[in-house]
Amino acid sequence: MTEPIVTFQDVHKSFGDVEVLKGINLDIKPAEKVAVIGPSGSGKTTIIRMLMTLEKPTSGDIIVDGKNLWKMDKNGQLVDANEKHLREVRGDIGMVFQHFNLFPHMTILENCMTAPIHVKKENKQTAKQHSIQMLEKVGLGDKLDNYPSQLSGGQKQRVAMARALVMRPKVMLFDEVTSALDPELVGEVLEVIRDIAKEGEMAMILVTHEMDFALDVADKVLFLDEGVIAEQGTASEVIEHSSNERLQSFLKRFRA
Amino acid sequence: MDNWSWEIFFDAFPVVLEGLGITVGLTLACYLFSLIFGFVWTFLRRVPFKPLNWIVTWVMEFIRSTPPLVQLFFIYFAWPMVPVVGMTLSPFTSAVLGLGLHFSTYIGEVYRSGIEGVDKGQWEASQALNLSTRQKWLKIILPQAIPPTIPMLGNYLIIMFKEVPLASTIGVVGILHMANSYGAQYWAYLEPLTIVAILFLVLSYPSAILISKLEKRMNRRFDKKETLNSSKGATT
Repeated sequence: MTEPIVTFQDVHKSFGDVEVLKGINLDIKPAEKVAVIGPSGSGKTTIIRMLMTLEKPTSGDIIVDGKNLWKMDKNGQLVDANEKHLREVRGDIGMVFQHFNLFPHMTILENCMTAPIHVKKENKQTAKQHSIQMLEKVGLGDKLDNYPSQLSGGQKQRVAMARALVMRPKVMLFDEVTSALDPELVGEVLEVIRDIAKEGEMAMILVTHEMDFALDVADKVLFLDEGVIAEQGTASEVIEHSSNERLQSFLKRFRA
Repeated sequence: MDNWSWEIFFDAFPVVLEGLGITVGLTLACYLFSLIFGFVWTFLRRVPFKPLNWIVTWVMEFIRSTPPLVQLFFIYFAWPMVPVVGMTLSPFTSAVLGLGLHFSTYIGEVYRSGIEGVDKGQWEASQALNLSTRQKWLKIILPQAIPPTIPMLGNYLIIMFKEVPLASTIGVVGILHMANSYGAQYWAYLEPLTIVAILFLVLSYPSAILISKLEKRMNRRFDKKETLNSSKGATT
């Protein structure tokens, strides 16, 4: 039994008076692909944002590769993590956003090279080489010197993936990465994700509304409802054979 | 025009011109001071400590709502009489302090609008890539926050240039002061003050044009790259 790469232990999250997540327990194995589905407002995105350290859990622990993400040891006591500790643990995680968030003042290549150079301290040549490889892999080898504003949504999202991949994270998070795209551009992005998933080494958590895609790529599907994991299992168990009523009515809306 | 004399005009011109170095120098000194102090305001307002933010906001509001002339008089005439911290300052230093401080509150607002204009997603993406706080600011946020503020900062330079004559009231010997003393000496105000107006016009009008050009260029920034590259892209 391999150690999980990510563990959530009774994680709660409130925004003001509203409790969005009401006790999440979750183990993700290295290289496991997990799809998180559920109605909007169910807290799907909040789960991965906490893992990316963009939101702080109200209570509970998140363990990444054996290290507590939000807490650190200080003279034998667990205290809130400081930025230095967060940076150490965060290095294992990468994220792709719904709205791409490319850096508009940099070319595609520079978008990919910045973090390897400044965070991983790679020399410029190596960083460039890796970035070009990664951009070719997502099919944008001919756009290196273009600026984000010149690309279509699908292309932007592929750049965003290359930019995250070039950091070689152990866990990659996808936050509704096709939701902001025109329908005809969704396919090219899903295809790249599928390719990445096939390579296998990296754990992936996908928050998505693409049910067929989730069924195809994910080893495990979580159905999140009203702040708890209401159903989990293999894709076919959850999506095709679950008896959970709310899940059924949720799925029905997608199948219609 | 009986009263206009070209003789006086040409006689007064070099005298008034002598003050130009001081006027321009004072403008630049005030501007530099306000650029730096504007940064201090912006920084203090971002410190995650609410009471400090309130105090800073209130002080800025106070400085902005009192006339610069009153501030100048206070620093030059009243400050030396304040116990313990009071001290006598030269007219030039008082003017740099007074006008610089006054305008720094506006400059601070310009910085703030620049920083707030950067999309929240840019911060999140920088964090997801694990950039340090320093790298976030230097590589991602400031390169996007600064360019849109440049035209506004340029406008403030011109506005300050036109406010600098206020300093003549505390005895800074700029062009207005020179024109005034020439007028007092020869009882001829028309020509020297006309020269002052011309000098201001000659300096601020071209600057204003330059800034509006700059503004247009900033607005076109990303489009330009687009046209440049799409022509290149067509061949691939």
